[in-house]
Amino acid sequence: MRLTESQIERYSRQILLKDVGGSGQEKILSSKVLIIGTGGLGAPAALYLAASGVGTIGIVDGDNVDISNLQRQIIHFTNDIGRPKVVSAREKMTAINPDVKVFSYNERVFASNIAEIINGYDFIIDGTDNFPAKFLINDACVLNNKPFSHGGILRFDGQTMTYVPGSACYRCIFKEPPPKGAVPTCSEAGILGPVAGMLGTIQAAEALKYILGKGKLLTDRLLIFNAFEMNFRTAVIKKNPECPVCGKNPSITSLQDYEQPSCDIPRR
Amino acid sequence: MSTFKIDITKDHCPMTFVKTKLELEKLNSGDTLEVLLSEGEPLDNVPKSAVEQGYKVISTAPVSGKTHLVVIEK
Repeated sequence: MRLTESQIERYSRQILLKDVGGSGQEKILSSKVLIIGTGGLGAPAALYLAASGVGTIGIVDGDNVDISNLQRQIIHFTNDIGRPKVVSAREKMTAINPDVKVFSYNERVFASNIAEIINGYDFIIDGTDNFPAKFLINDACVLNNKPFSHGGILRFDGQTMTYVPGSACYRCIFKEPPPKGAVPTCSEAGILGPVAGMLGTIQAAEALKYILGKGKLLTDRLLIFNAFEMNFRTAVIKKNPECPVCGKNPSITSLQDYEQPSCDIPRR
Repeated sequence: MSTFKIDITKDHCPMTFVKTKLELEKLNSGDTLEVLLSEGEPLDNVPKSAVEQGYKVISTAPVSGKTHLVVIEK
């Protein structure tokens, strides 16, 4: 691949970085990233990855844009209300950067379709807002040897970790989805808009570092921040030999759907 | 050991170093790049950036008027 004059200018601030350069930018341009959920986390991740020149980006979301999304889901605008999120997101991504090929999946991920969707992508970003999807994404990525970034936000808090085959997975720390009602969802507890942006942006940076093969990923570490006190810390996590999906004797060898609390997400 | 050339006298910061860096990336270790650049910002910054990113500046010399030649080794 040869960078065009226009690409050299567009990506100049990345090319200048010692750990990117022209060869790193070419890697970014030929990479494929899948973003599951184009909401609070997926919106900033999709915008930054498109702007950075990730050549192929898949976006998965079955929802339509709602007015209550706009406070944090910055890829969607007021005149997008009622439109499928993937359609709205795709427009903004290709407007920012025509170099990017966007594949949209106007659906939710389930045990029945996720393996097919993630196949062919180099890195997956979990930008979903519910535990059943988070566990499903973890299991699908572990079983299919796909690196991914986990992200979760609530109120002023965020947490994120990166999985690559061989590192601790989400289930190594959280064995199974919490019981219904044990954890409030974003829609019940609220979320400060920029907190979503902070976390989704960290996930985008992890994706780029993975593509470049540079820097230290958040593998075997859980980054936790609280934006109210503005504290960041990382907790060391270890691969659990008893993990039900990536341990020595896994009990989960095929994908399953978990029950979604009925109040969580309205079905359309 | 080969020698390559680039003229960035018409470019402005940061494209001066961006273009220099892209040329340097194509070189093999030990090759040199002759960079024709203008005095002022490019002459101040391009050699400095090259050193910061692990390249070696061999020489800097005025060519004519406000143009200088900087030789960088990979």
